[in-house]
Amino acid sequence: MSYHWNWGIFFQISPDGTYTFAQLLLFGAGWTLATALLAWAIALTVGTFIGVLRTSPLLWLVRLGNAYVELFRNIPLLVQMFLWYFVLPEVVPEAIGDWLKQLHNASFYNAVVCLGLYTSARVAEQVKAGILSLRGGQRMAGLAMGLTLPQTYRYVLLPMALRIILPPLTSEFLNIIKNSSVALTIGLIELTAAARSMSEFSFQVFEAFTGATLIYIVINIVVVNGMQWLERRVAVPGFISMGPPAAAH
Amino acid sequence: MFSNIDWDIILRSLPYLFFDGMRFTVILTILATAGGIVIGTILALLRLSNIPGLSHVAGFYVNLIRSMPLVLVIFWFFFLVPYIGQWITGSDRPIQVGAFYSALVTFTLFEAAYFCEIMRAGIQSISRGQQQAAQALGMSYPTTMGYIILPQAFRNMVPVLLTQTIILFQDTSLVYVISVTDFLGAASKIAQRDGRLVEMYLFAAVVYFVISLVASHGVRRLQHRIAIIR
Repeated sequence: MSYHWNWGIFFQISPDGTYTFAQLLLFGAGWTLATALLAWAIALTVGTFIGVLRTSPLLWLVRLGNAYVELFRNIPLLVQMFLWYFVLPEVVPEAIGDWLKQLHNASFYNAVVCLGLYTSARVAEQVKAGILSLRGGQRMAGLAMGLTLPQTYRYVLLPMALRIILPPLTSEFLNIIKNSSVALTIGLIELTAAARSMSEFSFQVFEAFTGATLIYIVINIVVVNGMQWLERRVAVPGFISMGPPAAAH
Repeated sequence: MFSNIDWDIILRSLPYLFFDGMRFTVILTILATAGGIVIGTILALLRLSNIPGLSHVAGFYVNLIRSMPLVLVIFWFFFLVPYIGQWITGSDRPIQVGAFYSALVTFTLFEAAYFCEIMRAGIQSISRGQQQAAQALGMSYPTTMGYIILPQAFRNMVPVLLTQTIILFQDTSLVYVISVTDFLGAASKIAQRDGRLVEMYLFAAVVYFVISLVASHGVRRLQHRIAIIR
């Protein structure tokens, strides 16, 4: 091998003159987490809403929800990034377009919105599956008790459905963290981009990528354990056989 | 808004987009799927085997790859493949393999980790009794796997494998980060050369959308048909 390893590179000052390469990677990890968390908030909110639409009794709402999911699932994430970042400012009225282009940290906001909506389609799919996995009697019972349809969703269906789909939601959350790396194409210096620029400035390619890989693994382990804790925390003892719990207040 | 849009640019660049770009995308998708399924199945067999060292190595590889973003894996292999080539051929310098082979190795090995998990689920979906019955009949392990377990596992997992292939088809657009001319790369090159980002990226989105939509509906129909037969 003609490659020269130099693990000390992490503690050398990077070309910006202030921070070490290790610190640059950690800043990148910070952007990765900030992007993923904000996008996850959008994905959960919009995804739950669309998922509910797709199980509603109104056919046109179901169709609308289905169209939304198909739209966001069948276009590659990278293309969606480009649409938000390059195309959107050109096709909206000029004043808004100019404002979008001059936005400070534009690539960050773009990445958050793009990733959030992209993942919301996947979350919607899970929410729909979760609601459909509940026995039909629960919806009828809720309505028979005099709850309105929205109340039935809010107090009966969603609390159980969301608990059921916690494991697939965990993998979606892991995916959103990984997918945030696609934002490097629109100039966001998240973890992968930080490793890439470290490799370019220091020529220590493999050290840089090893560093980033280790950080991703640590994030993964923390998320998996955190979600397992959450699963235990919100578990309803024996609910599969006992039916829904009393509405939580 | 859409006032100074030049849709003609799409028409003029169609040959380049499809004969250069889409051809690369499709070939990469097909080869990486084929290679990924083969290596993924081997990994799944190793993970399910009782050989202590090998099952752990396979498990470690799959978990490692699955915890990394594809973009990072693309960068890893882009720089690593020349060294692997040097190691295999015993040459004294890293071997330049070119963008296509670098991308092919990356996607094959990356998707193998995902195909491994699919095939593992497929193999585990076959009841244990079948394996025991085959053993009782005196079949060796390779015969049992090759004639009894794997054919059924494949069949059960065909819809999932195809869905993963559609995901792979979309994921190949990420070779953009190593400046390869796949379909999106071709669209992007024209977009930047002529300053026609709106037209080219919208067109690229429509093409990906139509292909993925048609393919995923096909998979869904196939799934129904298989479900009835079984």
